[in-house]
Amino acid sequence: MSGEKYIGRSVPRLEDRPLLRGEGRFAADINFAEQWTMRVVRSPVAHGKIESIDAGAALALPGGHAVWTYKDIAHIPPIGFRLTGLASLEPYRQTVLAKDVVRYVGEPVAVVFADDPYVAEDAAELVELTITHRPAVLNAAEPTAEFAPGLTTEPDVVRKSYGNVDAAFRNAHAVVSLDLSVGRHTGVPLETRGAIARLNGDVLEMHGAAKVPHWNRDRLALMLALDPTQVHLFEGHVGGGFGIRGELYPEDVLVCAAALAFERPIKWIEDRREHLIAANHSRQQRHRIRAAIDADGRILGIDNEFFHDNGAYMRTHAATVPDLAAAMLPGPYRVPAYRAAGHIRLTNKTPCGTYRAPGRYESTFVRERLLDAIAEKIGVDKVEIRRRNLLTKAAMPHALGIDTLGTHIVYDSGDYALLLDKALQLADWDDLQRDAQKRRAAGELAGAGVAMFVEKSGLGPFDDVRITVKESGIEVVTGNASVGQGIETVVAQVCAEGLGVDYRDITVVHGQTNRIARGMGAFASRVTVMCGEATRQAAAKLRDAILNSAAELMQTEPAALAIRGRGVVRADGTGPSMPLASLAGLSAEATFQTTHMVYPYGVHIAAVRVDAETGAVAIERYAIAYDIGRAVNPMLVEGQIAGGLAQGVGGALYEEFLYNESGEPLSVTFADYLMPTAREVPTSQILLTEDAPSPLNPLGLKGAGEGGTNPVGAAIASAVDDALQRPGKVTQLPLTPQRVKELLKRR
Amino acid sequence: MSDKVPITLKINGCAHAISVEPRRTLADAIREDCGQTGTHIGCEHGVCGACTVIVDGAPMRSCLMFAVQADGKNIRTVEGLADGDTLHPMQQAFMDNHALQCGFCTPGFLMLAIGVLEREPDMSDDDLLDVLSSNLCRCTGYQNIVKAVRAAAKEMRK
Repeated sequence: MSGEKYIGRSVPRLEDRPLLRGEGRFAADINFAEQWTMRVVRSPVAHGKIESIDAGAALALPGGHAVWTYKDIAHIPPIGFRLTGLASLEPYRQTVLAKDVVRYVGEPVAVVFADDPYVAEDAAELVELTITHRPAVLNAAEPTAEFAPGLTTEPDVVRKSYGNVDAAFRNAHAVVSLDLSVGRHTGVPLETRGAIARLNGDVLEMHGAAKVPHWNRDRLALMLALDPTQVHLFEGHVGGGFGIRGELYPEDVLVCAAALAFERPIKWIEDRREHLIAANHSRQQRHRIRAAIDADGRILGIDNEFFHDNGAYMRTHAATVPDLAAAMLPGPYRVPAYRAAGHIRLTNKTPCGTYRAPGRYESTFVRERLLDAIAEKIGVDKVEIRRRNLLTKAAMPHALGIDTLGTHIVYDSGDYALLLDKALQLADWDDLQRDAQKRRAAGELAGAGVAMFVEKSGLGPFDDVRITVKESGIEVVTGNASVGQGIETVVAQVCAEGLGVDYRDITVVHGQTNRIARGMGAFASRVTVMCGEATRQAAAKLRDAILNSAAELMQTEPAALAIRGRGVVRADGTGPSMPLASLAGLSAEATFQTTHMVYPYGVHIAAVRVDAETGAVAIERYAIAYDIGRAVNPMLVEGQIAGGLAQGVGGALYEEFLYNESGEPLSVTFADYLMPTAREVPTSQILLTEDAPSPLNPLGLKGAGEGGTNPVGAAIASAVDDALQRPGKVTQLPLTPQRVKELLKRR
Repeated sequence: MSDKVPITLKINGCAHAISVEPRRTLADAIREDCGQTGTHIGCEHGVCGACTVIVDGAPMRSCLMFAVQADGKNIRTVEGLADGDTLHPMQQAFMDNHALQCGFCTPGFLMLAIGVLEREPDMSDDDLLDVLSSNLCRCTGYQNIVKAVRAAAKEMRK
C-alpha cells in the first residue's frame, strides 16, 4: 500500500465549499426556459366522495394554462412498492391524483399548470371542489372500518416469531404487560420537496431526484410506458433526506407526465404547509406488549402485538416500517421466545413511509420501557436488569431466527456489555444517580435514564463503483445518492487510501442515472458500508492497472512503483516519475454484493429535569456510546449521531402531527409542528468505539445514520420516570408539557 | 394580478433594476429576479430562518419582507461573504467545525450570525445561543453550529 492513510481521519468535507458560498444547486434553483409551474390542488377533507371539480375560473385566469384531474391521468397506474411489498397491500396503493374518493387532507385532487408560482397558486385557489364528507377513521387501534367495498382498513398483519412463546408464558415466574404509544412525526427536511421535468430530445429528464434515483427512473418509465433508457434522473444538492425525501411521490410522476404531454419543462416546488400534510409521515404506533420473566428478571419470552397507523394509502415502503418494528424489537437482549403481530392499519391521515431508524425508534421505546418495568417488578436497578439480559460477546454471531428487508437477521459482531460499561463511565452514571437523589430530596424533579439498542445497516444486495483516471484527477461514479450526509468525502477517503492519491483530487459522482446503469441509492444506513467496500475493491483494481501501465512506460516492474499525489513514482524515491493524467482513461469497476446486513449498536444515557409548574422537560446531560465497527471519518460519524439525537429529541418531547375529530390536520406550520432549536438540543458527549468491526466486509464497516435517533425516546422516557419517581408512568411519546402535567397530577 | 413596480435591489454592492408585483417577497425577488439562489426558502412563514439576509445591517427573514420594502436598501446575501477564494471567518469556522451537512439552512445561519455579531461583537455565549435558536437546522443537531459561531466570533473580534 502506498500513499497517505485516509480511513479513520476526520478530514474536512469536500461538499462544504460550494454550500458555504451559496453555490449549491437545490431543486428550487433549477430552471429551464419556457417552463410552467405546477401547483397541486389538495383535498381539504379527510374522507369524502368527490362530486365535482370545476376548473373554469382557474383556466380563465391569465397565465393559467391547464388543469388536470384524475381523468387526465387515468392511464397511469398507482405508485408501486419499493420495499417489503405484499400482494395484500396492492389495492391500497395511491393513484397520483384522487379517483372518486379522497382519504386525507392534503391528497392531490387536481394540478394546475401556469406561467409562474404566483399565478399557479392563484389559479389553484380558483379550482372549486365539491366533496361529500364521510366519517374519518383516525385511531388505528380501534375496530377496522371499510376502506373500499370489500376491503377493510387492515390490509394485513405482519407476523414474526420463533421459540415457544406460549410455553414461556406458562412457565413464567411473572408477566409484565404494557400499553405504549409513539406519536406521529417525521423527517421534515429543511428543503421541501421539488421536481423539475423536461424533454431533452427523446429523453425525459427529472431534476430534483434524491435517495433512490435508479429505482425511481425504472418505476417512472414503467408508469409512463417509456423505455428506461428514455428516462434519466438527476440529483442536485439535496436539503436533507431522513428517509422521507426521494421516495417516488405523486408529484414526481405528475411533473413527468405533464412534461411529456405539454412538451415543455414543468417545475413543482412544494411549500411548507404542503410538506407537512403531503410528504410521508411516520412512527405512529401503539404496542400491547407482554414479557414472561423468571424470578431474576431474565426474559423467557416476549409477545408483541401492535397497531401501525399507516395513514390513507400504502406508499413505496409498503410494510417496511411495521416489518422492522416487529423484527428488531428483541434488540441486544437474549429473548428465547418471541412473537410479533403488527396490524397494518389505514386511517384518514397523511400516508406513511420510513423516517430515520424506522420501526426501531418505536420498538426500542417499547422494549426499553419493558426492561425498566421488569426491573421495577423484580426490584433491581435498571442497569442491572439490562446486564442480566444482554447477549454476550460469545453469542456472536447471533442469528435471531427472523427475517426483515429480505435478509435473515444475524447480529454479526458486538460486545454489548463492554459498551454499556463504557457508556456508564462516560456519563458518570453513579454521580448522576447521587446528584439526582440529592436534588429530588431537595424537591427538584431530576432523574436519569438509560436505553440500549441494536441498529441495522449496510443493506445490500449490491453496489457498483467505477473509478476512472481523468486529466483533471480521479472520478468515482456510483449509483448511490447524497442526502447531505457526506458521501463524497467518505467515498473519496476510501478511494484515496486505496490508490495513494490526495482525497481532494477525487470527484465523486452520484445520483445521475445517465452515468451508471444501476444503483441502490441512499437509505438503511447503507452507503458507507456498501459503496465504501465497492470503492475499496475498485480502487485496488485501478491501482494495479495504473502501476502495470506505468511500469511498461517506465520500463520497470509494477512492484517497484507507487502512486504518490498526482503521479506514479519509483517506490525507492529515485529516478523519473510520470503524471497520473498521462494515464487518463484507465478505469476499473467493482461490485460489492451481500445478503446480510451489519449491526452496529449503542447506549444512550439521558439526565433530565422536569419543571413541576410547566411540565417542561429539560435535558441536562446526554451521553452516547456507539460501536461503529470502523469509522471512515469520525467527525462525520459524530455529526450523524448529534444530528440524529436532535431528531430523536423532537419525537420524544415536541414533534407531533395532531388531527381534530374530523381529521383536519392541526400541525401545518412550524409554529405548531415544533422542531427542536439550538436551545432545546443538549450538548451531548459522544463516544465512538471500534470494538466490534463487522466480519462481513474487510474494512469492518458498519453504518452511522440512525444510531443517534433510535433510542432517544426510550432514554428520555426512562429519565422522566426517574425524575417523577414513578416507574412505568411514561407510556406515550412525545412528552409534551401537557402530557407531563397530566403525569404530575396523577403522581 | 396587480401592476408591477420598478425597484432597485442593491445586493452585495451590485444594483439590480427589476420590476415586481407589490406582493412579491424579497426572497423570491433575490432568487428569481436577481438570480442569487444562495438564499434558500424553507417555510415562507418566518420560522425556519433559511432565507435570512442582512438588510441595512440587520438580519431579516426575506420571506416576510416584500421586495418593494427593500427598494434602495443595502442587502447582503451569502454570495457576498467570501473574498475571492478566501472564505469569511464564519464560513471557515462552519467548515472547520463540521457545522453543515446538507447545507440548506447554512446560508441563513451564516447571515444571522454575521449580522448579529457585526452589531454586537461581544455578545455572551448564552445570548448567542438565543440568537441561534431563531433558525432551524434538521441535520446537525446544532452543537457544531454553536461551536462554529463561537469560534468565528473570536476570529471576528481580532
